[in-house]
Amino acid sequence: MRTMHAWRAMSGIVLRELYRFVRQRERFFSALVRPLVWLFIFAAGFRSTLGVAITPPYETYIAYEVYITPGLLGMIQLFNGMQSSLSMVYDREMGSMKTLLVSPLPRWFLLTSKLMGGVMVSLLQCYVFLGVAWLYDVQAPWAGYLLVLPALILSGMMLGALGLLLSSFIEQLENFAGVMNFVIFPMFFLSTALYPLWKLQESSPLLTILARYNPFSQAVELVRFALYGQFNLPACVYTSVALAVFLGVAIIGYNPSRGMMQKKGSRL
Amino acid sequence: MSDSTSLSPVLAVAGVAYAYGARRALDAVSFEVQKGQCAFLLGPNGAGKTTLFSLITRLYDAPEGRIEIAGFDLRRRSSKALARLGVVFQQPTLDLDLTVMQNLRYHAALHGLGGREAGVRIEAELSRQAMYERRFEPVRQLNGGHRRRVEIARALLHRPELLLLDEPTVGLDVPSRLAIVDYVHQLCEEGRIAVLWATHLIDEIRDHDQLVMLHRGRIRASGSVAEVLAGAGAADVGAAFHLYTEAKT
Repeated sequence: MRTMHAWRAMSGIVLRELYRFVRQRERFFSALVRPLVWLFIFAAGFRSTLGVAITPPYETYIAYEVYITPGLLGMIQLFNGMQSSLSMVYDREMGSMKTLLVSPLPRWFLLTSKLMGGVMVSLLQCYVFLGVAWLYDVQAPWAGYLLVLPALILSGMMLGALGLLLSSFIEQLENFAGVMNFVIFPMFFLSTALYPLWKLQESSPLLTILARYNPFSQAVELVRFALYGQFNLPACVYTSVALAVFLGVAIIGYNPSRGMMQKKGSRL
Repeated sequence: MSDSTSLSPVLAVAGVAYAYGARRALDAVSFEVQKGQCAFLLGPNGAGKTTLFSLITRLYDAPEGRIEIAGFDLRRRSSKALARLGVVFQQPTLDLDLTVMQNLRYHAALHGLGGREAGVRIEAELSRQAMYERRFEPVRQLNGGHRRRVEIARALLHRPELLLLDEPTVGLDVPSRLAIVDYVHQLCEEGRIAVLWATHLIDEIRDHDQLVMLHRGRIRASGSVAEVLAGAGAADVGAAFHLYTEAKT
């Protein structure tokens, strides 16, 4: 694989994802409205009942809106990863996936490029959301807006890789509702996106363990710390390992000789 | 195929077999297509045509047998082989949300073509299909015939040596069908390319074409139209098809 060819192909795949995103305006607004509803309505309603004590990376008492903002960034990326998964299944059913798969590049590279395209889209959404949150007085240090970028890229890749992995298992669009029930909701609610671990500990030690080892929690904590100019090494390692596992299994799933591609047969 | 065996084939399929679980979809399939030849793959529904196309495009691998494109083993040197392959799938594969130009630029990027070179080739291929004026229109606004033309332009953009067409004229009106049939035959006559065309529409075949008749996963006959007709003792391709596949045409 020549470097120039690889660069052009990856740019082409990322651009395609961005074009599609720009053309699908409803997707942009729904992606933005979802976390804003949580920020403006849910957080406002719960701020008095869910007090958040001083917990790293925060150095003082914070409003609940401040606490859930990194979680809502994670939510954007989680939904974007699942949207990518849905779009892969749709592309496979509609046939346009074949255009990608018959191109003269290794399958792992094509899938990674597709993943990068999804991450770019999620970054756009995240920064627009951060802009709106800033206007709503949920403000991080200025440096945090820059430092959070690599964290968002890593968390976006991990959640996008999870979407790729799921898309290699899901044979029909109709099965996608199950992903909502069995992946998105448990991952989101069983995490530190909406409440810190110590708060969960008060209710259930078992749920606390599950939340602690939920890769989504680790991604949210990575983003939370980065937004406040701190580096969370354990969260970074955990998210990286999860990315490697999800992407590795997804690549096997799309391998023409070994994975689920064989089973899907002529439906591809 | 028989009349050009001294040449290196653009497509060589040798002993390919494939099964979906216990059901054998292809069994010992072997044939070749030379440069400048237009080979028609005929077979009733369920004959194994789509499976064969999926294997030639490496959507999945053949566990048995060997496929070579322009001399490159599809399994071992897949990138080299796929770079020489252009495909028009039975199902439309253009991105409806993008414009014609964006779709072609995407394809060009996947084949490593730079911006300027891609622009020149896109203009040339779209002009040949009389679609250049519509390059900025979203694909969603095009009718079926125009979409197919764009797909053919796209399949030829990277100048492949082998063009695979999987029932590309199904659902098109007569003028659109004729335009595609004429254009593809012209490409073959110019000696630019080898074509493997899966179809049910026997009237698309011309006297100098090649035939591969597939039935229940096995090749029943292959060779030039004249050879297949002589072998079957049939007066026309329809009768030969009926004889080899026991299917009405």
